[in-house]
Formats: sequence, structure tokens, C-alpha cells
Amino acid sequence: MTDVAVSHLDELEAESIHIMREVAAEFERPVLLFSGGKDSAVMLKVAEKAFWPARIPFPLMHVDTGHNFEEVLDFRDRRVAELGLEIVVASVQESIDAGRVTEDKGPKAIRNRLQSVTLLDAIESNGFDAVFGGGRRDEDKARAKERVYSFRDEFGQWDPKNQRPELWNLYNGRHKKGEHIRVFPISNWTEMDVWQYIAREAIELPSIYYAHRREVFLRDGMLLALTPYVTVLENEEVIEMTVRFRTVGDATCTGAVESPATNPEDVIIEVAASRITERGATRADDKFADAAMEDRKKEGYF
Amino acid sequence: MELLRFATAGSVDDGKSTLIGRLLLDSKQIFEDQLEAVERTSREKGFDYTNLALLTDGLRAEREQGITIDVAYRYFATPSRKFIIADTPGHVQYTRNMVTGASTADLALILVDARNGVVEQSRRHAVIASLLQVRHLVLCVNKMDLVDYDEAVFDRTCADFSEWASKLDITDLAFIPVSALHGDNVTQHSPNLSWYGGPTLLHHLEHLYIGSDRNLIDSRFPVQWVVRPMSDKFHDYRGYAGQVAGGIFRPGDEVLVLPSGLTSTISAIDLYGGTVHEAMSPDSVTIRLEDDIDISRGDMICRPQNAPTVTQELDAMLCWFSEKPLQENAKYALKHTTRSVRAVVRNLHYRLDVNSLHRDETTGSLGMNDMGRVSLRVTAPLFVDEYRRNRTTGSFILIDEGTNETVGAGMILGTGD
Repeated sequence: MTDVAVSHLDELEAESIHIMREVAAEFERPVLLFSGGKDSAVMLKVAEKAFWPARIPFPLMHVDTGHNFEEVLDFRDRRVAELGLEIVVASVQESIDAGRVTEDKGPKAIRNRLQSVTLLDAIESNGFDAVFGGGRRDEDKARAKERVYSFRDEFGQWDPKNQRPELWNLYNGRHKKGEHIRVFPISNWTEMDVWQYIAREAIELPSIYYAHRREVFLRDGMLLALTPYVTVLENEEVIEMTVRFRTVGDATCTGAVESPATNPEDVIIEVAASRITERGATRADDKFADAAMEDRKKEGYF
Repeated sequence: MELLRFATAGSVDDGKSTLIGRLLLDSKQIFEDQLEAVERTSREKGFDYTNLALLTDGLRAEREQGITIDVAYRYFATPSRKFIIADTPGHVQYTRNMVTGASTADLALILVDARNGVVEQSRRHAVIASLLQVRHLVLCVNKMDLVDYDEAVFDRTCADFSEWASKLDITDLAFIPVSALHGDNVTQHSPNLSWYGGPTLLHHLEHLYIGSDRNLIDSRFPVQWVVRPMSDKFHDYRGYAGQVAGGIFRPGDEVLVLPSGLTSTISAIDLYGGTVHEAMSPDSVTIRLEDDIDISRGDMICRPQNAPTVTQELDAMLCWFSEKPLQENAKYALKHTTRSVRAVVRNLHYRLDVNSLHRDETTGSLGMNDMGRVSLRVTAPLFVDEYRRNRTTGSFILIDEGTNETVGAGMILGTGD
């Protein structure tokens, strides 16, 4: 008996695999952005499936702000070694040292926005023509309008008003030298899909995604981790709590949530009950303006 | 859980954004921080009410101009189904966005204002849904509260629309009266519409049968990528990776490979770490064959008794996206399944007026957002089916070779004149 019902995870996975194979076949030098976060971990698993039993036919790249959670770097290095892949680490600190970018001053300065320059420099110097990102359309209003194949001009800019129509599963990756395409293979996945997939496939994640004791302090409505990269202000109080992270980015602007969830199944229950988006709850970088993401994306952000 | 993709078309005036906002709110997909941001912006702009359109209008230009200009994708899930909404603008100058949204949709949701009934825009949306072969159509008669929930108004609107729809290629049509503003009949039945015996909109979306929409008859497998691990463990492994575009493939099946015309037998179908006993659309798998024959990207694996048409002549309905008009004899890059070729426009038969269905046979070009019937000749054979029969092997895009922009989308009607 043929079972014709398709589960949504199977359908999403099949779509993402299709996209990755198209890119591998049509581009000279693709690269997959791997931060060690959950979305990039899922993307990496899909890439493994797409080319199995062969190795993933492109390198990985991490844009390193220098403000990392140690657990995430450990996880990154372990996965890269397991898969036998090459990883390019593009360093924001090196961009600062070389005078390519200027760091904001003050205790609340963050490096998030600086990453765009480091990323674009690395894309150019390595000659990458397709860059896989783990962005999802449910994350943000600007992302909701972005194509799976998102064209970038020679300055790395996104022009939201001049996007290529994208129909069926026919992707147009044509570009001139110096231009590139950002590819978002998990565009159609939601935060819930990602967690269901992590549970189903038993995908390993950095331990900070699950409940642990940590010293945190409250800043602008967010629980920030006490790390060597932040300066605690006088009116801020450091307390130890049981927390986990819903997203993982730069340690100075990624907030934790109080949570007892120790495994993917617990997290799924939490996500289902949550009334706040993952970025709204835990990302200072998205709180600047209504169009914060759109503006950063135009500059070449992920 | 099954996935249903649907496209909505319409303008703010129809209450489309309110309806989507209602579906998202009632299924708890709008979060407090999103609602807060929308309430704050609504206050700042001096609106009397929370403008739910601000949730869906994502780009700065859209918020500034108060219009939707691009397709936005929205996601929600209920305990029985997961939904992807392609939310598209309704104005005629955004036909291309509507076509884009409809290209992957299982269902099209067309909204009309009960006070105005079926208008030109609703008819255009129905034509596009029909041309793009969206199998299921729902006409949502909104703002029933503004016509005192009058059954006669609803019946008249349905009759008007049915008459128009009979000229189109639509297999499943449903009519649902709602008031998105008050939530009547969107996710819950309403005493205001007690004369209406049908399902709520959400119930309809949750229970619509889509299992037979996939083509499980014509086996089609466009090869995307040849997997050759070149490792000690998989020394002689050679597999053909792709996404099934129709039919069912099983180990032991005899297959025909195009364009070589060689036949072989499927020895295994691989899916990460193991094998599967069958593969069907939309599975992404890797097929291995018993014989070592030359197969590369762009080739098609099918069945000897059921093969697509091999042709260099295409007859197609084309939707034009570019400000630079389509001209007869112009050349473009063409992408069909995993094959890229060049195409020349040999003949533009007519431009279709999507409002009236009138065929203008005097036209010499297609402008942006126009649709028309064309004949093309391509530089290498393609393996095609009629779009009505198979959306994947029946569709293609045209690309301007100078600018690299996607300038047109085609639905194959046949081969040649």
C-alpha cells in the first residue's frame, strides 16, 4: 500500500535539499554560513542528506564577532571535523584591527552590524558566488518578502524593490562577476519546524540551547549573559538563573530566556506556548527600528 | 501533519489583511511583541484602530505608501494542518506577484466585498488562478456585517461568480460568507450567519482533500546532480540525485533515460543513510541504476511506456514581468526543470486581457504584467508535459541574457504550431 500523505517536515526537507543541489550544480563556488546556531545546524544536516553518501561539496564559513559562547565554538569545530569539511573563519576583530570598520564606543556597543563588512570582504576575497544562509521568512517582516535566491550586487546590497520573481521551483542564479546570490534553503521553515526537525533527526546543538545555570543581568528588557565582553553598568544586578538561549549570535546582544527545558521535546512545548517571537525576545539588534532588519539586509547583512 | 500552500489576492480595501490577521490571531501565530509594534505604529500614524495590514506589509516603501507591493509569505499551523500563505497584492500592476504566489499554491483565496460583489479584480484573480492551475478556489464574501448578514446578497454574489468561473478551468470552487473584522465564520461559526450551513473558512482549509492533487501517474525524475563519493567505502557508487516531479518510482522498475533513449532498471533508491521502497513527488532522493550508462544533470528518468514529449518547439501561455517588452524574434535564456537552454520567440499569437478574457491578436509585444500565447524554439530538446498535466515539467522561466533578470514565466500548452 502506498502512503500518499506527506508530512510537512518531509516536504520542507525535500524542498531544501532540492535548493542545495541546484546551487551545487549551477554555481562555481558556494559556501554555507555556519555559526553553530540551530538554524545553521539544521541547514548543515539537510546538506549532509542532499549529497550523501558523498561529502558536502562546498566549504563552510563562520563570521566570528570575537564575542562567542565557548560552547558554540566547541560545537562548530566538532561538527566541521566530523564532516571533514573546510571552514573559513572571517574575523570581525581583524576587520577592526585593519581599520575596515570602526567599533562603536560605550558599554552598550555591539558588533552585530560590523559583521556585514567582514562577511562581504570574505565573500569577495574567497570568490564565493553563492552563500547559503539559515534565514527564515517567519523571523521578520523584511525576511518574509525575501526570495530563496536573493541577488546581491557588486556592493553586496539587497534591493527589496527590485527582486527577481521566483516561480515554481525554478531558481535563477545568473549573475555577473563580483555579484553573488544569497540562498536561503530553509526559508519556508518556522521556528517550530526547526525544533520538530531537531527532535526527529536527533540533531546535536550547542548545550546553551538547553536549560543551564548561568550568571545573567537585565538590560533593556533582555537577560544578557555575563561574559568577558560586556561591561555591567552600576544599576544592573548580576544574578544566577536557569536559562537557555532561543537564538545564538554575538554574546553581547543575544538574550537568554528563563527556562527549564533540557531537551528538544521540552523546547517544542515551550515554543508552542510562547507569545513572543524569538528575535523580539532575545535579540537587541532587531529592536532599533521597525525596519532594522531591512536596513541591515540592504547593507549586506545575512 | 500535511502542508497546504495557499495564495491570497486582494487589496487592503477588501479586508484581506484583516482576514489574514484574524487567521493568524485566532490560531495564535501573532505574538505579543508583533502586536505591540503594530499597535504602536498605528497610534503614531493616527489610526483609530489597530491596522493589521502593518503586520503583513514588511518593507519600508510599503508602509510609507500604505500598499502591498510584493509577495509576503506567512506561516501558521493548527493541530491538523500547517499552512503557508503567499500573500499577494491585488492591483493589476502587480499581476506578476500574483502569478508568483499562485505558482506553488494548492488553493487560491479570493476575497470580495459583499457590498460590491464580484468586481473586475475578483475576475482577474480567478483567471490567474485558473491559468496557473491552482486546483482549489475559495471565494470569500467578506464584510457580511455591512450588508446585515443578508443571505440574498451572498447568493447573488455566488451566482455572479459561478457564471464567470464556468468559462475557466477550475475544478473545485467553494463559497464562504465571513466578516473578518468581527471574526464571523473565519475560525468559528457565527449566529449572525445561521442560514449558512457550510464550514467555516478555517475548517475548509483544514479539511480540504489535496491527496489526489499530485500526479502519481506520469513518472518524471529530472536529474539535478550526479552523486559520486569517490571514497574508499563507496568506491563504485554512482547515483542520480533529484526531486521526483511526478509518478512513483520503485526499485525494480524499468526506466527510460532521456535524451539518450537508453533503458535500465532501478537498483535502489537512496535517502540519506539508507534506501526507501518507493519515491514520489515531492521526495528528493537519489536513484541508482543497474546499468552503467551516461547520465548527467538535465537528463530525465521516466518510464518506457510513459515518457514526456521530447521537443524543441513550445507553445505556451506566457506571463511577462519586465519593463522591457517581449518582442517577436527576441532571444532569451530558458530554464525548464534542471535544463538550461536558449529560446527564440517565433510567434506571439495574442495578448490575453485577464479582465475580459478577450484575445488581442493584433499586438506585437507583451508589456509588464501582460499574459499572452507564444511559440518558442529552443536550442536543445526539452522533455515536457502539458502544464495542466504536470506543473513541474510543464513550466519554464525566461531570463534576459544581458541583465540576468527573470523576465517571463511560461506554462506549456503543447509543442509547436
